[in-house]
Amino acid sequence: MLLEIKDLHASIEGKEILKGINLSVNEGEIHAIMGPNGSGKSTLAQVLAGREEYKVTKGEVFFKGKNLLDLAPEDRAREGIFLAFQYPVEIPGVSNTNMLKTAVNEIRKYRGEEEYDAMEFLQMIKSKMKLVELEQALLSRAVNEGYSGGEKKRNEIFQMAVLEPKLAILDETDSGLDIDALRIVANGVNMLKSPDNATIVVTHYQRLLNYIVPDFVHVLYKGRIVKSGGKELALELEEKGYDFIKDDSGVFV
Amino acid sequence: MIQKNEINEWYVSIFDDFERNLNGESKSPIHQLRKKAINDFSQLNFPTNKDEEWRFTNISPLLKHKFNLAINAPYVDKEEVDRFRFNGMQCSFMVFVNGFFSEELSNINSIKDKITIKSISTAIKENNIQIQKHFNKYVDSSAQIFTALSTAYIMDGAFIYVPENIIIEEPIHILFLSSSKEDKILSHPRNLVITEKNSQLLIIEHYAGLDNSTYFTNAVTEISVGENAVVHHTKIQEESKSSFHIARMETVQGRNSCFTSNMISLGGEITRNDFNTRFNSTGGESELNGLFLIDNSQLFDAHTLIDHASPNCNSHELYRGILDGKSRGVFNGKVIVRRDAQKTNAFQENNNIILSDEALVDTKPQLEIFADDVKCSHGATVGQLDNEALFYLKSRGIGEEKSRDILIHAFASDVVRRIKIDKIKDHIENILTEKFNN
Ligand SMILES: Nc1ncnc2c1ncn2[C@@H]1O[C@H](COP(=O)(O)OP(=O)(O)OP(=O)(O)O)[C@@H](O)[C@H]1O
Ligand SMILES: [Mg+2]
Repeated sequence: MLLEIKDLHASIEGKEILKGINLSVNEGEIHAIMGPNGSGKSTLAQVLAGREEYKVTKGEVFFKGKNLLDLAPEDRAREGIFLAFQYPVEIPGVSNTNMLKTAVNEIRKYRGEEEYDAMEFLQMIKSKMKLVELEQALLSRAVNEGYSGGEKKRNEIFQMAVLEPKLAILDETDSGLDIDALRIVANGVNMLKSPDNATIVVTHYQRLLNYIVPDFVHVLYKGRIVKSGGKELALELEEKGYDFIKDDSGVFV
Repeated sequence: MIQKNEINEWYVSIFDDFERNLNGESKSPIHQLRKKAINDFSQLNFPTNKDEEWRFTNISPLLKHKFNLAINAPYVDKEEVDRFRFNGMQCSFMVFVNGFFSEELSNINSIKDKITIKSISTAIKENNIQIQKHFNKYVDSSAQIFTALSTAYIMDGAFIYVPENIIIEEPIHILFLSSSKEDKILSHPRNLVITEKNSQLLIIEHYAGLDNSTYFTNAVTEISVGENAVVHHTKIQEESKSSFHIARMETVQGRNSCFTSNMISLGGEITRNDFNTRFNSTGGESELNGLFLIDNSQLFDAHTLIDHASPNCNSHELYRGILDGKSRGVFNGKVIVRRDAQKTNAFQENNNIILSDEALVDTKPQLEIFADDVKCSHGATVGQLDNEALFYLKSRGIGEEKSRDILIHAFASDVVRRIKIDKIKDHIENILTEKFNN
């Protein structure tokens, strides 16, 4: 098993947001997490990536058999977790290329691999740029600064392509994208899919799931996963809204 | 505890000895200036926090010491000086040790035929016409106590005169090294830079400590930028952390002239910079940028004044501070746009990053506008490293230390990239990396 979340509780500013999440993800799988605004989807994603502001109050998370909650955010990334942010952060003065080169080499160092020199690095990223149809100009600009919404999302997928994670968590990477950009993003994810890695896609729209076909769909509601199913669950949700879940499970209303 | 006026008296009392050592010079016009200045000095009081311009800068630690004038320079060998050169930079080089010009360590041969470049004490002895015209004309010894002290004890510094139409592309690196071996030393670097019409000059004013001793540098630099002339000035301060550094730079700018100044400082115990520039005629451009990085109980105070005394001039100012430990920073940037200075463009910004809980910055941008057709903006920020950005970098696998380093570098680089000389940029980048990478 790649990721195992057991009864995870997390809070911020004394307010409990995650109230007992259980989720298992195997290599080769794609999981979709859906749920209304404020239900805790991003909180879950950020907790997995190691955001310190969220306090884990209960539960366990294992990643490749290791206790994930013991690891610093950078070590989680080095172990193979990647978070595509719902709102990618702008970092003035730091070029995309430099950030990525540092990231790649820090990860390689951690894994006991030889660091890339400038040439090797450029060659490696060239192919990845094609994958998400990213323009060269975007690379030398400061991270996310002044990017359009679509550029920011494509940049997240580009970074994912470069870092080749074991587990990618895409937090609403499809939101606000036109259909062309959506195809590009989905394409990137599908091309990187392998039997060794897994993806969690957080989304509000079943539209994305036409392009990235999930093995499982989970509904997160008020900090708990209240329903899980196959890809048809997404269609059902689209059709009937979240109310049908509430009826179904009663207690969560 | 030494009384304030006792310190004033101390600096007056050492004048007699100083005078005696001047042999022969005491009848010269410059010495009359010295005598007037020591008299002015004795009438002035050292500033306290009650003085508006010194509200946040308490200089009492400086006034606890009775500094002595250096009698001669300690021996410094070439290898030691090489530490302070910018790796492989082609330049003319003037070296001063504890305020004394060192001919052996300097090298100004390649430009000697095109411009006048020499130690200011020599220029004064020769009664150089430019000294008569410009020296002490842009500062006010009768009102500024540290300038009065400088003028009273003027010994040495760089004198540079660039005639019309002369372009000097190679930078001039002026290095002031200091060290207190037995006595606590006070030196008074005094620079005068005159550039005539259509000329161009790059100068680096570089203050460095040979060790961690306690000394006091009281520097005054006067710069006149001629019509359509360009002067790029860089000041670097990497001194002993126990040193005191008080400096004033006064620049006057002629018609269509361009002056840029980039100041990079690692501070001392107390550092105060007064950087002022004035547009004496129309069409001028001025850029004043600064970056200071301080730690522990260091205090750094940047006072700047951009005086738009003429129309159609542009000024751009960016000062940034990075503060750690219990350090204190002060930024006081004044822009005056006088009544006739229509079509003025003035931009000023001050940003500070506080890396610890105890560091503190007082920032005071001031705009005084008396003309009506002007474009001016100013702003100031004080904050911590952006936590969201930090997490973003870490989530990409970059370690905590390195992530912080990247963000600090990025913050600093907005100033560093404005420096005109690549080798100096590299030098500063190295300092940044060394400082923040462990
Ligand atoms: N930094 C914070 N401080 C206080 N409350 C927070 C913070 N971050 C999130 N919350 C709260 O936690 C709850 C869950 O937020 P979260 O962002 O995880 O929801 P979400 O499911 O991702 O919503 P959306 O679909 O809108 O992205 C919300 O009520 C939100 O207001
Ligand atoms: Mg969200």
